[in-house]
Parts: sequence; C-alpha cells; structure tokens
Amino acid sequence: MAKKMNNLSEDFPILQQKVNDEQLVYLDNAATTQKPRAVVEAITNYYYHDNANVHRGVHTLAERATAQFEAVRKKVAHFINASSEEEIIYTKGTTEGLNWIAASYGETFLKPGDEIVISYMEHHSNLVPWQNLAKKKGAVLKYIDLLPDGQLDMDSAYKQITDKTVIVSLAHASNVLGAVNPIAEVTKIAHLHGAIMVVDGAQSTPHMKIDVQALGIDFFAFSGHKLMAPTGIGILWGKSELLDKMPPLEFGGEMIDWVQLQKTTYKKAPWKFEGGTQNIAGVIGLGAAIDYLESIGMENIASYEKTLIANVLPEMLNIQGIEIYGPLDPEKRTGIISFNLKGLHPHDVATALDMEGVAIRAGHHCAQPLMEYLNVAATARASFYVYNTVADGKKLIEAIKATKEFFNNGIV
Amino acid sequence: MGLSRLDNLYRQMILEHASHPHHHGTLENADHQLELRNPTCGDVLTVQVVMQAGKVSDVAFSGSGCTISQASASMMTDEVIGKTPIQVEQMVMTFSKMVTGESTKNVEEILGDATILEGVAQFPARIKCATLAWKAIYQAIENGNKESTIGFMRHD
Repeated sequence: MAKKMNNLSEDFPILQQKVNDEQLVYLDNAATTQKPRAVVEAITNYYYHDNANVHRGVHTLAERATAQFEAVRKKVAHFINASSEEEIIYTKGTTEGLNWIAASYGETFLKPGDEIVISYMEHHSNLVPWQNLAKKKGAVLKYIDLLPDGQLDMDSAYKQITDKTVIVSLAHASNVLGAVNPIAEVTKIAHLHGAIMVVDGAQSTPHMKIDVQALGIDFFAFSGHKLMAPTGIGILWGKSELLDKMPPLEFGGEMIDWVQLQKTTYKKAPWKFEGGTQNIAGVIGLGAAIDYLESIGMENIASYEKTLIANVLPEMLNIQGIEIYGPLDPEKRTGIISFNLKGLHPHDVATALDMEGVAIRAGHHCAQPLMEYLNVAATARASFYVYNTVADGKKLIEAIKATKEFFNNGIV
Repeated sequence: MGLSRLDNLYRQMILEHASHPHHHGTLENADHQLELRNPTCGDVLTVQVVMQAGKVSDVAFSGSGCTISQASASMMTDEVIGKTPIQVEQMVMTFSKMVTGESTKNVEEILGDATILEGVAQFPARIKCATLAWKAIYQAIENGNKESTIGFMRHD
C-alpha cells in the first residue's frame, strides 16, 4: 500500500480547521467528499498551463486539453472495468446519468403496460425519473420491498420482476441505510425476464472496487464529487450495443458528425451524448481523484472502512435510546450510519453536533418514500470516508452523548 | 466552545414549549386550515384557525417537528389569538425579519414571548424550522380555505 491510512487527512487542507472552536470532524461524506491537494492542484495546473476547448482546435493547447480529456475516459473505463472507453459518457453527475437513461432508452423502448422495477430505498434521482417516464408512457412503476434490517428483500425482487419488466434500476449502496445490494443476483433475474439492469453507483463507487462486467449490468451511473473529484462531473457507463441504439438528448456542437440544412448525422457514442463544451476541468479533476484513490487501492479503502465501521457501530449501538437504520453487520454495509435519538429531532441533533465540530446531515436525504417506509420524518446521518479515523468515530459518539445530556437536562 | 453556544438557540422557555406545546391538536370547526411542508427536513405542519368578529378566536396546530419548529408553532398560537388578519400579517413579517437578522421595529411589542426565538438568527440552517408555523398561519388566513390545502414554502 503506497499510502498510510492514518495520515490521509494531511492531504486535505480543508480538514485542518476548527469549526465553532472545535477541530472539524467531517462526517457528511455521503453528501459530498473533500478534495485532496492533488485534485485541486490538477485543476489549477490545467487552468494555468493547458486550458483550451477540446476536440476542435489544432493548436498545441487544444491538443493537450483533448489528450488529457480523453485520457481520463480511458482511466475511468479501467477504474470500473468497462470493456471500452467508448462506453464512458461524461455527465454532470449521477442524477443526469439516470435521467438520460430514462429519457433516451426509456422513451425509445418503453410501451404502455410495461413495468419498471425499483426499490423502496432509492434516492429521488433513481425514483422520480422513472415515475415521470412511467406516467408519460402509461407504464407501471413497481417497488421491491426491504427486509426489517433494511436489506433488499430478494423474495420480493423475484415477485416484482416479471416478463412485463423492461427496466430494473437499483442503488448499488443505499444513501440512507448503508446497505449494499446484491446487484449481480438481481441482474440475473432482470435478464431472465428480458429487462435491462440500471445501477445507481453514487454511494458505492467511492468505497469499493467496481467491476461493471462482473456485475453483469447494462448501465451504471456515478458522481465525481462523492469520490474526491469536483462537483459537476459524473459518469454514465452503458453497454455499447445499448448506447448505439439510443438517441442523443442534447443537440449542438461537439456531438454532430455532419450538419445540413434539413438533416444532421451524429457522432457515435459516447460523443453523440456530449453536446456542447464539456466540464473539462472537472474531467481533469476526476482523473486526479481516481489516481489518488488507486494509489491507496479500492480494495484497501473498502477493508479500511469496514474496520472503521466495525469499531464505531458497536459503540454507537451502546448509546441508550439510539436507533440505527440499516444492516448492523459491517460486512453488509458501507460507512453510512443513519440514526435517531429517542425524543430528539435529527435537526436538533445535527445543530448540536455542529457546535462540537462534528458535521453530519439531518433530513430525509432525498429519500422521502424510504422515510415513509421506515415510518420516520427524518434521520440523522453520519457518513465516513477513507480519511476518517477511529478517533473521528469516538468524537461523534462523545458529541452524541453530550447532545443527549443537553436536551435531557435543559440548559447545560 | 462546544454545546454552551446552544443556549443561545435552545433557551429554557423554548425547550418547555417544545416538550409541552400549546394549542397542539385539531379543531372541529376551523374557518381556515393549511398544511405546510418543510422540504429541507420533511417536517409537515397543519394549522387551523377559527375567526370571530374579524379576529382569530382559536387556533391549533398538528404535526411533528424539531424543537425549534414545535416551540415556534406553540408560541405563534399563543400570540395570534385576538389578532386581526392584518395584525397577524405584521407579526409574520416581523418574525421573519427577526430570525433572518434583519433589523425591524417594535419586535417585542408585536411578537410578545416569541421574541425569545431571536437567537435563531445565529443559526441560519434553522431559520426555516422557525418560520414554518408563521408562514402556515399567514397562508391559511390569506387563502381563506375552509378545506385543508397544501401550501408552499416560499423562499424569503
């Protein structure tokens, strides 16, 4: 291993600060992650030395920018084990990727009466596009149940996916429950019924080795900013044979082959989907983030986070009046821990923790149907990443205990 | 600093209102009612109003929420009884200015005990929690709905 886990936070200038006079403990990584110096510097270097528009200029800077822009596409293909970089489409994030599948593949191939199957744990970005598509097309949106511990109910998956199912779309890892879904197994069911398998990889890609071919899936979307890259850049991966059949969605520069007065031919995938000037600096930043992650190793990141959670979770469970949502076995979850404290609203908890320097999220986490399913209005959510330590976990637990005391006793 | 700064937000009276909210429940013969949702946290609050002789004669709220939204709703119900719609509007505007840190006149005179929520201004993430109930009663009276409708959180 090239890097030592316990020193990683030194690579993140933002983490070296006090918030409300307390050392910052950043535990809102499921919302967005912090950026290492290497990523920020790659973007700065690009703007200082190589900035130009890609694919069109013949001058030196344009060639440099294009070479870097396309090199990252190869890097991403390798990162998620796609069979070709031509299956890698730049997007602005997971939401855009999922929307494009619905708007392009869905609009083209869905018929009235067809079924789309998702689950109760989906983020709104893997729910609303399908809901909207189903309404437009007269299709039916169905939900796979969850087990009491928040894992996907496979019996329900077998029931909900039928010969009428055209699209199955699931989170690889839940942004609330931390549960990791058995994607390969669900994909087999989907394919058995002739449906395609779409995977929302926003919460898995930062934390584990992704192999889209081993999963057997058809589409995979993820965001750069959740894995140390800048905001505004993401990836949609799709199998070539599917991308070739899909119409482009944004028309304009870059994506065309030849334009005449009354007709236009388009480039092939992935470029036919990339209309207009892309987020080139974001792409460069994504490349640097992948380099940084791979210098640690995705398998090492996964095992480090499992150990971290195995340390933190039992201590959290010991707090009286705490309820933790999602599977409790560290082997079956990521570093997202959603919880509530008896008699306390998560918003009050998050404000109190912030006063202790601990940054967490409170709310419905863009998963309102899941909140209803869990019968809660909202939850607090602490989410860890590879630069967090056991000491951060201890600080969280101390801060939770102090919060309970504050509200139980009134004024401290 | 730690939790001591929390005292600015969670004053004793606020904690008491939140744990034992006034006018919490539902009314049989409401003249106005409205449900308002806080999209950032998912809290839902319903406000019902009975008018008599051009003044608020009774009011109730239901729904659950955080300490700040519950305390604010409880204090709001205490303060609006006996007020005309124009006075309620002035209270809502004053409250909104107070918790967003904008300067405004005669705050204590207009808002009474609810002035204690002025500490919210130091916690920008919690302003929407504090204003939910006030926006709900404003919209309820403004819309004049006898049937319950769903209002919208507008950006201030």
